[in-house]
Amino acid sequence: MLVIAQRNPIYSVLLLIASFGALSGLYVLLDAPFVAVIQIIVYAGAIMVLFLFVVMLLNAPHEDTEYDERVHPLLRQGPMRIGAALAVALGVELWWALTKGAESGAFPGGAVTSVRAIGRSLFTDYAFPFEVTSVLILVAMVGAVVLARRDSPRDRRDRGGV
Amino acid sequence: MVTLDHYLILSAILFAIGAAGVFVRRNLITILLSIEIMLNAVNLTFVAFGRALGSADGQIIVFFVMTVAAAEAAVGLAIVISLFRHKESLNPDSFASLKW
Repeated sequence: MLVIAQRNPIYSVLLLIASFGALSGLYVLLDAPFVAVIQIIVYAGAIMVLFLFVVMLLNAPHEDTEYDERVHPLLRQGPMRIGAALAVALGVELWWALTKGAESGAFPGGAVTSVRAIGRSLFTDYAFPFEVTSVLILVAMVGAVVLARRDSPRDRRDRGGV
Repeated sequence: MVTLDHYLILSAILFAIGAAGVFVRRNLITILLSIEIMLNAVNLTFVAFGRALGSADGQIIVFFVMTVAAAEAAVGLAIVISLFRHKESLNPDSFASLKW
């Protein structure tokens, strides 16, 4: 909750790292140490550093609060009423599902915890999706480089700029 | 005793926070962070159900979701950088038109 309550994006990013750490603790409690380690390395390590880098690169402009409160479309009367109705409906539904639904009880034993089992399943049953993700990462990498590069001098000359 | 229900409730709360962040905030980077929160909520659900059903499939799909999240973050941040070079702003309302 604190993540989206901050006006300054740097605080949001740092708090999100903390919440990802808490999530990886939950994964450990769920007997999924592989996912927990991946969560720390990939999310807290890689993705959040990427976010932090971009926030600092773009000099982190603050949001304009007064402008926000005047213009924000969700703060008008109609959307607020609809939102309140939806929130009440969600609360009632959640309460109904939790009281009328079957009690889930404790977790059964025999969880799959070993990295060996996950890896074997990943490279046999899920070999094709695995290869597709590798292609996806390649495409994302090339796309990010193309999108974020500056105009080369040749392009600028074509447009008649400096 | 912590049961499956608790994990599902926590995941629902996390997802609601992420969705609220997408709708309420007026900052492109914060919106991307909220999307990451929602993806993590779904990941938590997958792992909890996989644990309850005693299979490894939940953890495998979490692996794929994380891959997609990483790719999405990279491309999204690249788009944010190029948008910022155009308009010197991170407010999505200033990018209402697709061409300028």
